[in-house]
Amino acid sequence: MKLSLGEKLVTYLVLVIFAAFALVPLLGVVITAISPSSSTSGFRMPESIELGNFVEAWDRGHFAQYIVSSVLVTVTVIVVTTVLSVMAGFAFARLKFFGSNIVFFVLLAGLLLPAEAFIIPLYFNLRSAHVTDSYWALILPQIAQSLAFGIFWMRNQFMSFPGEVIEAARLDGATDLRTLWQIIVPPSIPSIMTMCLLVAMWTWNEFLIPLVMVTQDSLRTAPLGLAFFQGQHATDYSLLAAAGIIIAAPIVVLYFFLQKRFISGMLDGISSR
Amino acid sequence: MTVTTRLRSGETRTAGVAPSRTRRRRVASLKAFLYVAPALAFSLIFLIVPTLQTAWYSLYDWNGLSVATWAGVQNYIDIVQDEQLRDSFMHVGVLVVFYSFLPIAIALLLTMVISRAHALRGMSFFRTVLFLPQVIASVVIATTWLSIYSPNGLLNTLLRAIGLDSLTHVWLGDFNTALVSVGFVGTWLNVGLCLVLFLSGVGNVQPELFEAARLDGASGLQEFFGITLPALRGQITVALTLTVVSSLKTFDLVYITTRGGPGNSTSVPAFEAYNRAFNSGQVGSAASVAVVLTIGILLITALIGRLQPKDTE
Repeated sequence: MKLSLGEKLVTYLVLVIFAAFALVPLLGVVITAISPSSSTSGFRMPESIELGNFVEAWDRGHFAQYIVSSVLVTVTVIVVTTVLSVMAGFAFARLKFFGSNIVFFVLLAGLLLPAEAFIIPLYFNLRSAHVTDSYWALILPQIAQSLAFGIFWMRNQFMSFPGEVIEAARLDGATDLRTLWQIIVPPSIPSIMTMCLLVAMWTWNEFLIPLVMVTQDSLRTAPLGLAFFQGQHATDYSLLAAAGIIIAAPIVVLYFFLQKRFISGMLDGISSR
Repeated sequence: MTVTTRLRSGETRTAGVAPSRTRRRRVASLKAFLYVAPALAFSLIFLIVPTLQTAWYSLYDWNGLSVATWAGVQNYIDIVQDEQLRDSFMHVGVLVVFYSFLPIAIALLLTMVISRAHALRGMSFFRTVLFLPQVIASVVIATTWLSIYSPNGLLNTLLRAIGLDSLTHVWLGDFNTALVSVGFVGTWLNVGLCLVLFLSGVGNVQPELFEAARLDGASGLQEFFGITLPALRGQITVALTLTVVSSLKTFDLVYITTRGGPGNSTSVPAFEAYNRAFNSGQVGSAASVAVVLTIGILLITALIGRLQPKDTE
C-alpha cells in the first residue's frame, strides 16, 4: 500500500525522534570517553579527540585481565550449552521416553526462575564444595541457566525438521546419534548460531553471578570489573565511559553485523516460551 | 550404538514378539533419557535444588557462618512489618510503571501513528538503533546513566543550556527524584523493545485489511482499535511479560547507581535479598524476600500468559 507523503514524513519524524532518544545517552558516553579526563568540568563537547582514556582505563582497570576471564567463561558456557542443548532438544523433539514430560517441566522451571530464586543457597553450596572463587563457579551455574533456554530453542527447531528425512536416515540404518549430528544438525546451523549469539550476550553481560561467586580480582569478568572500577573512580566519568565502551564493544559489534538474528532470536525466543 | 539402530522400524517387522518389543522400548527409553540427563543434572544441581533450599533457608535465622536457628514464618512476617522491606516491594510497584506501562503505552501510541512504518525504506536501520540498548551490558547502561544524572552530567547540562537551571538536580542523590530517575532508565531501555515488537506485529497484518478500512472511510483511531490493537494482542502480552519481569528483577541498575539510597529510597527486593544474604548476614530474611519475589514473578508470568491468544506465536 502506498503511503502519502505526509504520512511518510510523520513516520520518519517519529522514528528519528525515538532513535535519537535511544542514541543520545550512548552518544553521550562516546563523547565523554573521548573528552579529556576530569571530574569537575562536567559534560561538554570536546575540542579534541582524546583516546588516552581508553589506554588509561585499560591499564588502571586491569581490563585485559577481566576480558580474558569473560572470554574464557563465555566460550566455555557456549560450547557446553550448545552440545547439551542440541542433544536434549533432539530427544524432546524426536524421541519418546518415559518421564519426558516431568523432565521437560523441570527444565521449564529453570527457564522461568529468576536468579534470585537460587543464588543464595547456590553460593553456600558451592562454598561448602570449595568451588567459589574459581572459574567453575562462574561457568557451571550459567550453563544451567543457558541450557533452559537452549533446550527450548533447539526443541522448537528440531520439531519443525522434516520427519521423512529422519525416517529415511533410520531406514538406512543410521543410529540416533548419527542421525542427529550428520542429518539434523548441519541444516540447523543458522538456528544454532542464533542460540550461541544470545547465550554469548547473556553470559558476557551477566553481573549477579560473578558478583556473588568470586572475590579474587583475577577472576572478575568484565562487567564486574567495571563495577569495581566505578567504585574506585566514582566521578571520573571519562575513564568510566571509556571502560564501559571497552566492555560493551564485543557484543555491540556482533549485534551490528548480525542484528536480524539478535532481534528475531530475542523476540521469538521469548514469545515461544 | 548398534543395538538400537532399528528401534523405530522394528515396529513394522512381523517377527517382533511382545516381550522383546517391550524390552527394546525400554532400552530406547533409557537411551533417549541419556540425551537429556546432563541437562537435567545441571538444572537440578544448580537451579532446582537451590531454589527449594531457598524456601528452607527462609524459615531460619542464619548469619551465613554460625548455626542456624529455626524462625518459622517470622522472616515473612518481617516483610510486612519491616519498613525497609515493605518499601522495597512498594518501590518495585513504581518501577513497573516506568519499566512496563509507560514504554508499552508510548510504543502503542507511536504504533498508531506509524503503523505502516515496517514498509518504509531504512526501517532496518531504525530497528537496529531502537533495539540497541537491549544488547548492552546492564552494568554499562548503569554507569552511563550514573554519568548522565551526575551534578554536571548531560541532563543538568542540557537543562542549563535551555535556561531551566531551576530544574537541575542531584538526580540520584535526592530523595524525591532518585526512584523516578532509576525508573526512567527502564523506560529508556524498554520503549525501543516494545516499539520493535509492535511494529513487527503490525507487519504481519495483511495490508489489504488497512486498505479495506480506508476505503470504508475508517478514521485513524477506528483503524487502530479495529485492526492494529487486536492484531497486537500477542505482542502486547510478550511485552508485558518481558518488561514486568525485568522490573521485578531490577538489581544491576540499583546496585551500580544508588545501592538502594539515598536512605532507603531506591531499594528493591532483589537488592535487599543480595545485600542481606551477602553483606549484612541476614541469610534467612534474604531467602524469604527471594521466595516472595520468585512467587511474584511466577504468578505474574502465569497471569499475563493467560492473556496470550492461543493461536498466535
